[in-house]
Amino acid sequence: MPENYSTQELMIIAAAREINDYERIFVGMRLPITAYGVARLTHAPNAVGLFESGVSRYEPAKDMLYTMCDGPNQLGAAWTTGLIQIMGLLSGGRVHAGFIGGAEIDRYGNINTSYIGDFDDPDVKLPGSGGAPDIASMAERLIVIMNHKKHRLVKKVDYITSPGFLGGGNERKMAGLIGGGPAVVITDRAILRPYGPENELHLAAYHPNHTVQEILKNTGWDLKSIPDVHETASPTKVELEALHQIDKDGFWRT
Amino acid sequence: MGAALENAIPFAVTHELIRQGLQNLNMIAPISDISTDMLIGSGCVKTVTGAWVGNVSGGMGHNYRRAAEKGIPNSIKINDYSNFSIGMAFFAGAYGLPYIPVKSILGSDITKSNPSIKMSTNPFSDELEPVALVPALKPDIAFLVVQRSDHFGNSHIWGSTGLTQEASIAAEKIIVLADEIVEPEVIASDPSRVLIPGFGVNAVCHVPAACHPSPLIGRWKRDHEFFHNYHQETRDLAGFETWCDQWVRHLPDHEAYRSKLGDRLESLRIIGDAPSAPANYAAE
Repeated sequence: MPENYSTQELMIIAAAREINDYERIFVGMRLPITAYGVARLTHAPNAVGLFESGVSRYEPAKDMLYTMCDGPNQLGAAWTTGLIQIMGLLSGGRVHAGFIGGAEIDRYGNINTSYIGDFDDPDVKLPGSGGAPDIASMAERLIVIMNHKKHRLVKKVDYITSPGFLGGGNERKMAGLIGGGPAVVITDRAILRPYGPENELHLAAYHPNHTVQEILKNTGWDLKSIPDVHETASPTKVELEALHQIDKDGFWRT
Repeated sequence: MGAALENAIPFAVTHELIRQGLQNLNMIAPISDISTDMLIGSGCVKTVTGAWVGNVSGGMGHNYRRAAEKGIPNSIKINDYSNFSIGMAFFAGAYGLPYIPVKSILGSDITKSNPSIKMSTNPFSDELEPVALVPALKPDIAFLVVQRSDHFGNSHIWGSTGLTQEASIAAEKIIVLADEIVEPEVIASDPSRVLIPGFGVNAVCHVPAACHPSPLIGRWKRDHEFFHNYHQETRDLAGFETWCDQWVRHLPDHEAYRSKLGDRLESLRIIGDAPSAPANYAAE
């Protein structure tokens, strides 16, 4: 690749751009926490990070984290407390955005991390929900990170662990969910966003070196594009420098 | 077990339940990393009540998959919750409420796969405002790992606590596994750090590193490699049996487990110093 960044680095920087200054963000491990760090070092120095086990931080932890409960995530935290206190911020409508990943996502942004097949007799039992449905239903915006494969971006998920726009249109609102639902799906090939009255996920941007045709081929539904679909903006020098400052060992470079 | 989520998980208890060959347990555990997977593989579990079962840094829980997909070693019933909804179920259980309305599982199929959750609407609103009603959850026993306790069970816990307080107040019995036993004056010097007072505790056990391989803030680092190896070695049932014999069944108790870990455990001991500022409780 002629570019001076990896696909993962592009995804991190695309995710960082979804975070605004002064926002409260539910951060997950690995890619999301790195994106949060990049946002804090660039355009969102006052963003606040929330971790569902009961941790809130301003600056991300300096050491690599394997779980949100690890010691380095607690040292110098803004608040170490309980789960209800942190997730209660979500339930109270006080959280701007949250990150989640998943095994399967469908064209309305519903996410499955629970069961492949029937829940009474599953073909594959996935680990389950954790706090993902709480984040998906109550955060103002949901930022989804996925690997872009046909069996992962499906027409309809077998089980809705974390609700997107449910059956489309205003079904989400009718179900009583206060959060706005998926704002963006960042994959290793493209960026999708909900568009139109049905809130169906559309292709919004394709990453450099990826084609619309290839993306369509790797999506499990008839993916449409938004009118001004374009190439994903490459990372700027400032963004890459911020990322390298966090990722000193080059974990995301390959 | 594992009310704090991914830290302070009472693995010493996990091992002992396996050694005693208990069966038909209902493991109430929001996210207890590999503890629930070990118990399932050992045939101890009939029901899992929680939000997530697997290996947090390693991936899927192989025993959980085998049991849920193929009934190996036995089939299990799964009561699905999200983290917040199981927390609120404990909250209701702790404070004598029969159920509690929750919004953050609306639209999720959790409301379908867990038949104990009922759909309703806000009776105080003129508009149609859906809520999910979650019944109170009251565990028989809560096992808690704490940094220090006196011999009455008055305990200090610091760092994030997940659902420790709600789950233990909701439980019929509380058993404390203390990393260190201290004089009552030490605990009484800082009552704001007491999450669980001794009058609610049924038993106190002095078990250093009861949390291994999970971390305990200010005491033990997380043994990431242990989780990774467990994931690799338990891919099939025979592999799990070998793992379990080696680390649990062939050891008489937790002391033997700590000896087996030896230098490895010592390397996980936190030796750094980052104390909080003292708080003055003087009354005059």
